[in-house]
Amino acid sequence: METTTVKSNFKSEEYFINMGPQHPATHGVLRLVLTIDGEIIKKVDPDLGYIHRSIEKMCERDSYQQIVHLTDRMDYLSSNINNEAVCLAVENALELEVPDRVKVIRTIIGELTRISSHCLWWGVMGMDVGALTTYFYGFRDREMINDIMEETCGARLTMNYNVPGGLMFDIHPNFVPRVKKFITHFKTKIPEFDRLLTNNVIFQKRTKGVGVLSKEDAISFGASGPVGRASGYSCDVRKYHPYSALDRVTFNEALRTEGDTFARYQVRIQEFWESLSIIEQLIDNIPEGEHRVTTKAVIKLPKGEYFQKVETARGELGVYIISTGTKNPYRLKFRSPGFSNLSLLNHIAVGGKIGDLVATMATLDLVIPDIDR
Amino acid sequence: MGYFSNIYNGIKTLLTGMSVTGKYFLHSRKGAITQQYPDNRDTLKMFDRFRGEVIMPHDENNEHRCTGCQKCEIACPNGTIEIIWDRGIDETTGRKKKKIDQFIYHLSMCTMCGLCIDVCPTDAIEWGQNFENSVYDRTALTRVLNLPGSKLQPGVED
Amino acid sequence: MKYGLSVITTIHDWLYSVMPEWLAGLVEMILIAMVYLGIFSVAGLFLVLLERRVAAWFQLRIGPNRVGFQGLLQTMADALKLLSKELTGTQKADKFLYNLAPYFVIITSLMALAVIPFTAEFHAFDINIGVFFLIAISSIGVIGILLGGWSSNNKYALIGAMRSGVQTISYELSIGLSLLTMILLTGTLQLSEIIEVQKSGWLIVQGHIPAVIAFMIYMIAGTAETNRAPFDLVEAESELGAGFHTEYSGMKFAYFFLAEFINMFIIAAIATTVFFGGWLSPFGITESIPWLGVLWFLIKTLLLVFLMMWFRWTFPRLRVDQLLTLEWKYLLPINLVNIVIMALLIWGNLIIKF
Repeated sequence: METTTVKSNFKSEEYFINMGPQHPATHGVLRLVLTIDGEIIKKVDPDLGYIHRSIEKMCERDSYQQIVHLTDRMDYLSSNINNEAVCLAVENALELEVPDRVKVIRTIIGELTRISSHCLWWGVMGMDVGALTTYFYGFRDREMINDIMEETCGARLTMNYNVPGGLMFDIHPNFVPRVKKFITHFKTKIPEFDRLLTNNVIFQKRTKGVGVLSKEDAISFGASGPVGRASGYSCDVRKYHPYSALDRVTFNEALRTEGDTFARYQVRIQEFWESLSIIEQLIDNIPEGEHRVTTKAVIKLPKGEYFQKVETARGELGVYIISTGTKNPYRLKFRSPGFSNLSLLNHIAVGGKIGDLVATMATLDLVIPDIDR
Repeated sequence: MGYFSNIYNGIKTLLTGMSVTGKYFLHSRKGAITQQYPDNRDTLKMFDRFRGEVIMPHDENNEHRCTGCQKCEIACPNGTIEIIWDRGIDETTGRKKKKIDQFIYHLSMCTMCGLCIDVCPTDAIEWGQNFENSVYDRTALTRVLNLPGSKLQPGVED
Repeated sequence: MKYGLSVITTIHDWLYSVMPEWLAGLVEMILIAMVYLGIFSVAGLFLVLLERRVAAWFQLRIGPNRVGFQGLLQTMADALKLLSKELTGTQKADKFLYNLAPYFVIITSLMALAVIPFTAEFHAFDINIGVFFLIAISSIGVIGILLGGWSSNNKYALIGAMRSGVQTISYELSIGLSLLTMILLTGTLQLSEIIEVQKSGWLIVQGHIPAVIAFMIYMIAGTAETNRAPFDLVEAESELGAGFHTEYSGMKFAYFFLAEFINMFIIAAIATTVFFGGWLSPFGITESIPWLGVLWFLIKTLLLVFLMMWFRWTFPRLRVDQLLTLEWKYLLPINLVNIVIMALLIWGNLIIKF
């Protein structure tokens, strides 16, 4: 048998390992080609495209009402916020003023979506570091939000509740009492989350000082959302470019300066509280009024370029529409938070152990369909 | 002394964590959130707005409200709805009129976006609460929503 | 060997009356081995069921409750399913070692059961180096894991196996030293005599503070020995998929799985024997009924097993370097100091005896 020497700078102690596309820690069909020396990671090479569905291309074919339901399928954990982004972009282009009621309901639903997304993240975070029970506690609370969503929107995950011009239908009469019940329930559960996982000495050892991202790097890699805020980069779109009813509520931007995995964890736990406080401020004063402005059956945007960004549970989602004045967009680009956050991985995971990589990835909170689109 | 206080604090946090799970263990009888699905079929009721499948309600005279305007077919993002229509003679007026022959609904393609129901001017189609949609043959997922022999409810078009 | 129960005595006498002595001894050993195999493979299955129910109760679930009354036959059905499954393997696996590994693991864990005293009578093999035998046997199991991981020709399995090697080598020390602390009190390695000593108070009471510390160290190290969470780096699900048994299927996988649970039982049984008086009832309330000893033994053991399950379903997993830090920087020094303290207590006659 002949042997051939491959010329590369690959050292003999190092070896490749394929993490994914079917791997419990990649939360979907992401493939990481790892170069490992023993347990220590030398290089992380993410390989994308396993769940690419060409959503942006499909958008060029669809009318503006139809685009909305495709955004459900990008970041499926913050589907309502994605819907809102497209609707806001279209409404801004049409210079359409939606009623106050719509704005408030959109904000409440958006924050509920954020809590439910973070609940799932918390459960999965625990599971990734080995505490399997957290998964069920996170899902128990997420289930309550899902029920609220199902009652009002009709679906649990891909709601498609927003339409350009307002909401598909008004909120259910049970919506307000159920949300209030959830708030009182969830306020007792967050301290429990802390006692179970946050304060746990093993968890803190696993996360503190792991995957450190400096503020400069966070900005230059385009990190957004909790990942950027954990590094001290104040980047909350809700604060700097308030949309819907976010300009009439007060909340603190969750900020940490450490930039490690534990800081990212803490930012999300604090966002639980901030989201709850936003909902509390709005839930009692939902203004009366129409739930929808009637738009033309065929929406044609004026010729031009339109951009709208919102803060999803993962970070900044940008919707960029180029219209040539027809009923379809000429080009529609989504700036997804997950893609930029994933690009950090090689930067912050190198030098750590395999367990560190898993913990770091858990706090980047990747949703693969959001990255591949 | 940092060494011993580390150990003490470590053990304390571990015990706190155990007390949380222990509390749930003791309340496991009534705390279980499992839905024992096929068993609770009788009590399991979906919410009114639940999007299970698109249905076309018929009244007791086997009449539906679909005029065959095809707005739903246009609104549908992925061709789930196909309407095969025809022109027939209306008995009362004697004029030629558009009427549906078959309202075909491909459940296998439906994304439950609700645009068809949103756009329907006569409320001919609505959401059904049935969620048990699994079949052994995928052709069974292509459904004709208007019942055989059904016709348009009088007065819908006015 | 001791045989107190009349049935066993009868069989013993009958065997020796119909056969030559060497053959009778052999047949008797085989019979006892078969009985143990039968009892403990079934008991292992029930431990799996217990784990699943307990996990469900911790996690707000119900757990298996369909097959048989309250799911009692669930794991039996699972075992039957695993028996009927195809045994797959990777292409370039080292076939001999690959097939050998599960037997290493299961045989060592079953061997360790032989010396565990369930009561004074129900005790297959009462050798005078009981504790030593247990420690020696329980460290052979890791060879099976190493072989399995190495020979599977899978990098995940290999990483898992190497972690297992690191882990077992480290934590063997703690198990040995914490048991040694108690041996200072008893002065014997024979398990039946260790229990005899405890008639004047369980060892955890006799040795008070150092005994409690030794017990805590023993439980931590024991959890690590059985590769259970928070020390389940070997099969760390979110990191390595299934770790060393990634490539095993069917009954070979079941052997690994069953061995883990039998090992857990053994660790708890040793703790019961050495710290909690084995089959002795608390305050001697059922001293007059000897066969109740099995019950007491099982209650104590299952309580400790429950404690290990509680650990598993609460704690996150440690990282591999933290695992070593915990052992070499915390458990080992504390353990060594603890032995000295215990020796001083015995020297100063400060132990509590009733």
